[in-house]
Amino acid sequence: MRKNIFTLIMAFVLFVTAAPAMAKDLKIALIVKNLGNGFFEACDRGAQEAAQEIGGIEVIYTGPTTPTAEGQIEIIRSLIAQKVDGIIISANDPDSLVTITKKAMRRGIPVMSFDSGVAEAGRVVHMAPSDSQFIGEQQVELMGQAIGYKGEFAVVSASSQATNQNEWIGYMKDALAKNPKYKDMKLVAVTYGDDQTDKSYREALALIRKYPNLKGIEAPTSVGFPASAKAVMDEGKVGRIFVTGLGLPSEVAGYVKKDVVRNFALWNPVDLGYSSVFIMKGIVGKEISGKKGEMVKAGRMGEISVRDGGLMVMGAPFVFNAENIDDWSSVF
Amino acid sequence: MPMLNKLIRSREGQLVIFTAVFFLAVGIVSPTFLSFQTVDSILTDSAILMIMASVQMMIILTRGIDLTLAANIALSGMVAALIGMYWPETPLFLVIGAAVASGLLLGVLNAVFIALLGIPAIVVSLGAMTVYRGMVFVLSGGQWVNSQEMSAAFQAFPLNRMFGLTNLAVIGIVLTILFMILMRHTRFGRELYAIGGNPAATDYVGINTKARLFAVYVLAGTAGGLCGYLWVARFAIAYTEIALGFELLTVAACVIGGVGIAGGTGSVLGAALGALFLGVLQNALPVMGISPFWQMAVSGLAILAAVIVNSRGRRKRGQQILRVSN
Repeated sequence: MRKNIFTLIMAFVLFVTAAPAMAKDLKIALIVKNLGNGFFEACDRGAQEAAQEIGGIEVIYTGPTTPTAEGQIEIIRSLIAQKVDGIIISANDPDSLVTITKKAMRRGIPVMSFDSGVAEAGRVVHMAPSDSQFIGEQQVELMGQAIGYKGEFAVVSASSQATNQNEWIGYMKDALAKNPKYKDMKLVAVTYGDDQTDKSYREALALIRKYPNLKGIEAPTSVGFPASAKAVMDEGKVGRIFVTGLGLPSEVAGYVKKDVVRNFALWNPVDLGYSSVFIMKGIVGKEISGKKGEMVKAGRMGEISVRDGGLMVMGAPFVFNAENIDDWSSVF
Repeated sequence: MPMLNKLIRSREGQLVIFTAVFFLAVGIVSPTFLSFQTVDSILTDSAILMIMASVQMMIILTRGIDLTLAANIALSGMVAALIGMYWPETPLFLVIGAAVASGLLLGVLNAVFIALLGIPAIVVSLGAMTVYRGMVFVLSGGQWVNSQEMSAAFQAFPLNRMFGLTNLAVIGIVLTILFMILMRHTRFGRELYAIGGNPAATDYVGINTKARLFAVYVLAGTAGGLCGYLWVARFAIAYTEIALGFELLTVAACVIGGVGIAGGTGSVLGAALGALFLGVLQNALPVMGISPFWQMAVSGLAILAAVIVNSRGRRKRGQQILRVSN
């Protein structure tokens, strides 16, 4: 608690000293789930980058020390008192924040959520990291890059009922069927490791043995991904079978180093913070109001449109490979 | 022929034959399955289950059960992984020693409650199972220990080869044989059978039941600790949910191997063969490309079939005891 108060006092002192100097600047608060979290530190980096690029924006990075909704409510209350120009928040709870964010909006401070949403009533738009179609298409593209757009590959998924994974695999199949670029690639099997290391390993092993021409394994789950990579290594297929999928850089770095994994993806926190600031700028400047079909130009991320229910989607996940893995594996 | 007859009559013999037939049948459906490579990977894959099923068998034999074995694997594995991560220079035998010591400690904790205080094993181990799982999270802070954080020697040991087999398979076979000797040819083993058969009578003849039970839970915990290291090193990853549900697989292996769930009957060989059968099953089903739902159903059916055979066998024996000789 003392730490909390200390943070608040520090934030307050910062405001008091910084406010006169930034008189003309837009003050946008970036409230994260908790401080000291590598993922959100990276979000802040992206937000600061966007602020510099746009100019005339000051991003205030803040959040509670533990990931609680109460802590965030306190912070929003003080931000309202300080009359910031906009609030971007990754919510610890979608519903309990609605009352306070509504209050902020009544006072003329627009609120948007990113990463983890606030319920629709309590924000103008929500910025989601990605959507299933992007993810599915990108996974096929990454697999294509790894195996030279030619040959057999298989999927080691989570459980057979996992909603997310099944959607992604569905879009992967769509991309394979529709895009002529992938006509020489063949998805030979979809297997399920149930998010258990030993079962995923066994499934990967069976795939390797059963399909002697297999060139790739795609694992859209953070348990199946390293397990499949380990199976490829143990079978001595490094350089002949490549594994790709969705995973945290810190969990897969070892296999990138050993050339079992050439590339993989995950939503990039830097891009997330970066796009959020552009969107907030658009909201403050009355360019968008959260209606379906509106567009925001988000610098290097391109145009992002508003969908049903004020939902915005950043785009394809960020791609990690041997060149950038060292930078990222220490981040998250 | 009496040898062959005896073989077919015994559960171990039936299981060997059934496993072999199943193995060949899978081979006919998918010929790639019939290879030394497959046998090799099944032995490697089943080694941990063989060890764990053997110690579980001893516990079930004494009318107990140890549901903490999987959580023990996760916790001891995490201990080994964290030591390997923070002190990569630690010699491997010390890392393994630490995992074994952690398993031993958990075994002692179980033993105190079950053997000394006489609280039912299922209650103690059900509670302790969750506590140990929770400890994995506390110890690691919820973080994963990944392959790049483990030294090469740490990861290589289970799959390095000795006598043409992986270390993992060799350890599994050697320990199983040791456990077989322990249960068949030592006084300790015979006393465990006695406890399972009739605990009250065992007490009356002067066997220290508490001490034997204590020893058996500690032995199981220690073996769990060793398997913890083996598991983590083999899959090159350690996190809280490792080996989730594995404790039931060890019980299933025992049941398939003809170990009476009420205690008193069964053999280490049976439990180990049960483990091997499950290993063949787990490796064969993905190769055959059977849907995940059927995979679960097939494993379940195998266990059910074994239970039915077990109970039939026992009923017959009961009748024979009552028969009056004339």
